[in-house]
Amino acid sequence: MIRLEGIGRTFTMGESEVRALDAVDETIEAGEHVAIMGPSGSGKSTLLNVIGCLDRPSAGTYFLEEHEVSDLSDDELSRVRSEKIGFVFQSYHLVPRLTAVGNVELPMVFQGVGRGERRRRALEALASVGLAGRADHRPGQLSGGECQRVAIARAIVLGPRILLADEPTGNLDTRAGNQILELLDEMNDAGLTLVVVTHDPAVARRADRVLVLVDGRIAHRLKGSEMTDLNAVLGRGEPVA
Amino acid sequence: MNGSEYLALAAGALRGHAARTGFSLIGVAIGVAAVLTLTALGEGARGYVTDSFSALGTNIIAVLPGRTETTGAIPGFGGAPNDLTIADAEALQREVRELLYVSPVVLGETNVSFRERSRRSPIVGATAELLAIRELEVASGTFLPEGPWDRGTPVAVLGPKLARELFGGENAVGRSVRVGDWRLRVIGVLRSRGKQIGIDLDDVAFVPVATGMSMFDRSSLFRIVLKTPSHAAIEPARERALEVIAERHGEEDVTVVTEDAVVSSLTSILGALTLAVAGIATISLAVAGVGIMNVMLVTVSERTGEIGLFKAIGAGRRQILTLFLAESALISGTGGLLGLAAGWLATRGLALAYPALPAEPPAWAVAAAFSLSVAVGVVFGLLPAARATRLDPVLALKGK
Repeated sequence: MIRLEGIGRTFTMGESEVRALDAVDETIEAGEHVAIMGPSGSGKSTLLNVIGCLDRPSAGTYFLEEHEVSDLSDDELSRVRSEKIGFVFQSYHLVPRLTAVGNVELPMVFQGVGRGERRRRALEALASVGLAGRADHRPGQLSGGECQRVAIARAIVLGPRILLADEPTGNLDTRAGNQILELLDEMNDAGLTLVVVTHDPAVARRADRVLVLVDGRIAHRLKGSEMTDLNAVLGRGEPVA
Repeated sequence: MNGSEYLALAAGALRGHAARTGFSLIGVAIGVAAVLTLTALGEGARGYVTDSFSALGTNIIAVLPGRTETTGAIPGFGGAPNDLTIADAEALQREVRELLYVSPVVLGETNVSFRERSRRSPIVGATAELLAIRELEVASGTFLPEGPWDRGTPVAVLGPKLARELFGGENAVGRSVRVGDWRLRVIGVLRSRGKQIGIDLDDVAFVPVATGMSMFDRSSLFRIVLKTPSHAAIEPARERALEVIAERHGEEDVTVVTEDAVVSSLTSILGALTLAVAGIATISLAVAGVGIMNVMLVTVSERTGEIGLFKAIGAGRRQILTLFLAESALISGTGGLLGLAAGWLATRGLALAYPALPAEPPAWAVAAAFSLSVAVGVVFGLLPAARATRLDPVLALKGK
């Protein structure tokens, strides 16, 4: 489903260059649940952005469902994102002036889905995340957990193949965080490919596989169940990439 | 995504910062209202001039002493080698077949008094034909008597305002008034003319032309006014009149002007003036456009995260561009509509305050002001909208 070959991403900061990703090779199969971990600045979010077609790699080739997407134009990448990928962000990124259902409708607005159909599918998506009764509430009237559910409903409403979540529980308390993780697990169980960036080993342990990034390279590949503590992981074994 | 959905999204965003939107909107409204009001004033002035001239009669030609082309002087103010005389007027009546009426005119100003009441008024020396030429109406009595033009009978016809000032509510006909050193019998009072340009005919005393020439000791007429039966006859009559006078004076020493020409040059001057004031008012629309651009730039920078989200969930560059252009066009379009309403109210106010001035904004100004207001929003919204489309989605999501 996702095949990365020698992916590099370099940023220019003033006169110096920062290599955020360096020769990353990885394949993620359809329906997999993969967690990406690593210390701050290790390139986790950059990798997620490249996988999500929000960012173009500076080097290497990215195949998404066997189609090369590393050199598509901005508008082609937009289309790929809207058709295949859903995003969940740590800070929800809900539009405050829109109601929950309005926020969930947004991706369909840009896709040109008709008003009635849009409303029906958005309400369905909200029901699937347990927020059927909160459709007309604005983000300011919802709890953090509820906001993240709205964001998940928005991410899945167009029926993507891949759900990318960047620290989805980072702003939530443990109870709300667990509920969100259970929701994501359910979606993964239903066949959605799930890639989660996290710094929380408990979140990573739910994944099938964990990729540990160090300085823009995949330093460790673990099974989810093997994930204990990041420092412990970083302190043991030889890099495999 | 269709137009109404862009507008709905844009309207939602604008409601989010109502005060800022409101001020930008007012800026545009002022610009549009200014265009409307000023063009209405310009058109009003033009209408006023046209109406006033047509109230003075149509198909009129004036023969003025002096030739502007050779002397450079204003006709009627010296520079004429030969006097324009009553005999010239008689010759015109005799020899120019295209004419319906001819009236020699002399003009002066003096005190007109009745008992202790006195008023300084313009005195027009003319003949009976002036009634038909200037389309005057007699309210009581008669107009100037028919008969030989060179006979100066001691009679006067008063404009209604002058009659009212001198006689109050009393009947003036049959009474005697003192005009300068002359004692004249009032034989008629005119009906009010309303709109006037130049001399207020309501405030004039009309006397026989020979009386007027003696009264002011004139050897030359102020002008000879001619009326043709149709518009088509104006030009041949004008040419023939020139020939007749040139034959009599031995040279072409008069200026013959048609009132059509005067009206047309005045209206074209006022038309240009209307365009000029509309142009000046348009500057205020441009200023409003800069205001919109400023507001939209602030909006784009405030909503960077939202733009990043839109991009992440699949909005294309064209969609982002259209969305932000819809916002600026919505500000300017709504402002334009408000401006139309304000402009309409202002011109209604003008019409109430100055009923004589037909202040009505021309249709082209209404259409142009509104289209321009929308265009201003789109043009000045382009830069901020383009900035939004250029944002990198990853950085935008971080609010950078």
